[in-house]
Amino acid sequence: MNYAQAACAALARAMAADARVVALGEDVGRGGIFGQYRGLQQRFGAARVIDTPISEATIMGAAVGMALAGLKPVVEMRVVDFALCAMDEIVNQAAKARYMFGGQGRVALVARMPIGIWSGSAAQHSQSLEAWFAHTPGLVVVAPATPADNHALLAASIACGDPVIYMEHKELWGVEGEVDEREPGAIGKAKVLREGSDVTVVSWSRTVHAALEAAQQAASRGISVELIDLRTIWPWDRETVLTSASKTGRLLVVHEAVRPAGFGAEIAAEVAERLAVRVKRVGGPRIPVGYSRPLEEQARITAGNILAALDGFN
Amino acid sequence: MSPVPTPRAAAIALYRTMARIRAFENAAEEASKGGVAAFGASLADARVRGPLHLSTGQEAVAAGVCAHLARSDLITSTHRGHGHTIAKGASIERMMCELFGRASGYNSGKGGSMHIADFSVGMLGANGVVAAGIPIAVGAAHALKIGKENAVVACFFGDGAINRGPFLEGLNWAAVHRLRILFVCEDNRWSATTATEAMTAGEGALARARGIGLDGLAVDGNDVFAVHAAAGELLAKIRRGEGPQFLHAVTYRLKGHVSVDPATYRDGEEVSRALQDDPLAAAAEKLRAAGVGSEALDAMRREAEKEVSDAVAVASGAPWPDPREAYTDIQDSGAGRWLG
Repeated sequence: MNYAQAACAALARAMAADARVVALGEDVGRGGIFGQYRGLQQRFGAARVIDTPISEATIMGAAVGMALAGLKPVVEMRVVDFALCAMDEIVNQAAKARYMFGGQGRVALVARMPIGIWSGSAAQHSQSLEAWFAHTPGLVVVAPATPADNHALLAASIACGDPVIYMEHKELWGVEGEVDEREPGAIGKAKVLREGSDVTVVSWSRTVHAALEAAQQAASRGISVELIDLRTIWPWDRETVLTSASKTGRLLVVHEAVRPAGFGAEIAAEVAERLAVRVKRVGGPRIPVGYSRPLEEQARITAGNILAALDGFN
Repeated sequence: MSPVPTPRAAAIALYRTMARIRAFENAAEEASKGGVAAFGASLADARVRGPLHLSTGQEAVAAGVCAHLARSDLITSTHRGHGHTIAKGASIERMMCELFGRASGYNSGKGGSMHIADFSVGMLGANGVVAAGIPIAVGAAHALKIGKENAVVACFFGDGAINRGPFLEGLNWAAVHRLRILFVCEDNRWSATTATEAMTAGEGALARARGIGLDGLAVDGNDVFAVHAAAGELLAKIRRGEGPQFLHAVTYRLKGHVSVDPATYRDGEEVSRALQDDPLAAAAEKLRAAGVGSEALDAMRREAEKEVSDAVAVASGAPWPDPREAYTDIQDSGAGRWLG
């Protein structure tokens, strides 16, 4: 099962189990532009898999209204770059309604907004903005790297009752992997993908795959990497990271988002405040993503970037 | 001039609602003095803190529309939302407690005037962002459609909102999906401290709505009986399944943008004329002409003032929220992780 099919299967299960779960967004009836809604409108009908105009603010705002009226909407924003047209609805409405109204209403919704560089798609279709949302009280931020996690975490996100910013990656849709549909997901739980003793590497989303490649290469140079897929950006699994970093004494955080004020800074700071470990970060340069291949490559995080950072630890 | 509706009790109820809104806002205004540092006012120790947006002079819109709504019907409101909240059936005492920041307020002190809400009567919240209630109302109406429920939604917004994107998006969406929603443009002619007319092209709110394919009516928003009649006609269409409708009610904001704003940017003559067209006085005159005694109207106003002064007394003595409540009702996932 690939990453897109895994999410589709999770959503189908949730819709079959709970009539309050609905999906809405542009092109969802035709299966979504990445196939992540394929077959759902045929199965559940146009009343529950709702095609919408290109109206991001109202897609998101209507989902808030649906949630306050008792539904559990799954919102399609197509890409995170377009979700910026709905920032008021996400930040001022979805994230705060429960609090502002003194707990009178809850906003149980999942807003899917894929992050990351999408080859050749240039500056407005290639951003990784997870830190923006992690900075907003009230929101949960999830970023699955594998088909198994896209299944389990989408299910967990729909079930959790909070507004969830659900960030798939634009270049992971075709990634294949084993998916156990009975596997329950847990928001806030990282996964140790590889045990090691010299350096703890924390990553999420697409760069997990680059980090895995780097860890394998590092092993051949005698560097033992413990690789953690964070999976949830907020609330991030501090305990797993601290436990690993206290063991290895070195922490490297890797993400595709630009490095300055990226979420890696938060992890590095939190760990440095608690442990006497060396911390480093790998993140994108603070540049818009260029169209032309040599420009785009400047923004990509590769196994080579990660390996260079690992080599730089002493 | 719109006739006084029959039965007479319904007409009297409209007046009572307006009188209760007016009394509530007069008391809130008094309690807000010095509550916000803006417009040259300095911050003092006011009982109602922060910006207080008064709908004084606009009461006929809230009263006339909400008189047609059942408890199961839903509304969304604006930053100027006390009137809608009262007209939908919220308790004045719990509203005042909220404005005073007390634990017994509707929002447990977390929202104040700008976020006042009473979900138990179908009031899904005032909103601090212009036009932000429109998509929320549309979504609530869409949820009613999915649930095959008969209830309707009334969505209140101001004239400033028609220049924001969610106005276009929300009306289009409601028309495309044929939702059971009444859009109410409560046109007080001022966008904060700027005349809306100076910043709005074209023929206005109703023309824009018609351009998107909605039908509707324009009405004198200071004539509660006219608003009541127009809203009744439009809501009947909505309940018959004829799609979303639009009501443009032209009224006037008698006070400043917020309670401490003396609104010196306005032409004095404009304000004097508006004061001559007070919707409460106009309704009272019509009711007297229809045979309702002045004593009965005076008694209603006195009752409203008593209800509000009792609410102020309760709110003044009500307990403050426990500071620990600052950390509740935020999110379940990661609750407790407030610092990292």
